[in-house]
Amino acid sequence: MSWSNEEMAKYVASLFPEFSSVNLGIGLPSLVAQEIPHEKSIMIHSENGVLGVMGRPNKDSVSPTLINAGKETISIKKGASFFDSSLSFGMIRGGHIDYCVLGAMEVDVYGNLANWMIPGKKITGMGGAMDLVNGAKKVVIMMSHFTKSGAPKLLKETNLPLTGKSVVHEIVTNLGHFRPENKQFRIITLAPGVTEAQCKLPN
Amino acid sequence: MKNSPKVFNNAKEAVKDIKNGSHIMSGGFGLCGIPENSIEAISELNLKDLSVISNNIGNSGRGLVSWLKKHMISKAYCSYVGGNPDLEEQIINKLIEIELIPQGTFSERIRAAGMGIRAFYTPTGHGTLVAEGKETKDFDRPCILEEALHADYAIIKAEIGDDYGNLWFKESARNFSPLMAMAAKTTIVEVEKLVKVGDIKPEDIHLPGLFVQRIYQGKDYKNDIEFLKVEGKNELV
Repeated sequence: MSWSNEEMAKYVASLFPEFSSVNLGIGLPSLVAQEIPHEKSIMIHSENGVLGVMGRPNKDSVSPTLINAGKETISIKKGASFFDSSLSFGMIRGGHIDYCVLGAMEVDVYGNLANWMIPGKKITGMGGAMDLVNGAKKVVIMMSHFTKSGAPKLLKETNLPLTGKSVVHEIVTNLGHFRPENKQFRIITLAPGVTEAQCKLPN
Repeated sequence: MKNSPKVFNNAKEAVKDIKNGSHIMSGGFGLCGIPENSIEAISELNLKDLSVISNNIGNSGRGLVSWLKKHMISKAYCSYVGGNPDLEEQIINKLIEIELIPQGTFSERIRAAGMGIRAFYTPTGHGTLVAEGKETKDFDRPCILEEALHADYAIIKAEIGDDYGNLWFKESARNFSPLMAMAAKTTIVEVEKLVKVGDIKPEDIHLPGLFVQRIYQGKDYKNDIEFLKVEGKNELV
């Protein structure tokens, strides 16, 4: 058995201490917003200019000008604020955000991260990822353990153009929680029933 | 008080002097806060060889995608292509020149232009393709030199504006717009609601009208939502 997306999101949410600030990336990481318990008083930052994101809005409070970085409608909590992109990235680049959670195409044992393009095939663009990996105090990767075609995403060395060099602190996949350390991936936790062999770590 | 020379009747009048080869900044994040009326009016001018500075260059087939489809853009400066298949296709087929910029560097380069800062050092992008050809300097960490990003025109939208050009933005629709207004020679603003000077309380003004050259009452706003998510079951985009 491996973790479902919701279980991964719950696990990632459990990593944040009370009163911390967290930026959530597009795709899988955005699910974490739903799983953060209210009583932890965590402020979620969205780089399009919101601090204090809550989960999804109810039908009656949907607003086209109230979205997250994934362009999904959101709701906000008491104490939330809005600001322009410069101030928003000042929060990131100035080292004021405690955690960021990003998706990835490849991560290697040195903590190098690739998540913005496959030359000649796919260009997603880096968006705020290059700022986040250099500015947030802790960088958490949340992704599927293998690509759709079954190739490992945890590698000895990345092949794709980098988003940042030696920037990744924690990796949470559907198979477990891993940490790049001493040129290998240390296993912190495996999802229930998952074996080390299944993870195909390049150790 | 005299009639403000900044107030224009509509989008068509406000954009009519924009020429081929202009550098244009366009506000908005995805489709949130985009200047819908000015985009449409400029699209009707069928210009060529534009350099466009915008975070997404349209999205989901809408917004600035109308310029892309008419091949009005020869160079695009942006940070994110995901969600804009029309742009991705033009990049891969080399129909358009592209400069992909990390979003924080993108907003800071625009802010720098407005603030009179010529260039700045940042660790963002060091060790990646973004750093290629750029001066590097060691501070606490290696940093790369990034230059200010200017434009001839900025087209932006605000929720409320007065006839001096003082602006108030709604929720997260502010994003890049105030920065672009400061960085461009001519800033053209469209608003959901045009009011008289004095109607916005001074402490509520998000962008002082000093940075605005033209303003008009917009109309027929779509305000599209890209991904409607409401309380209930989790699902991925």
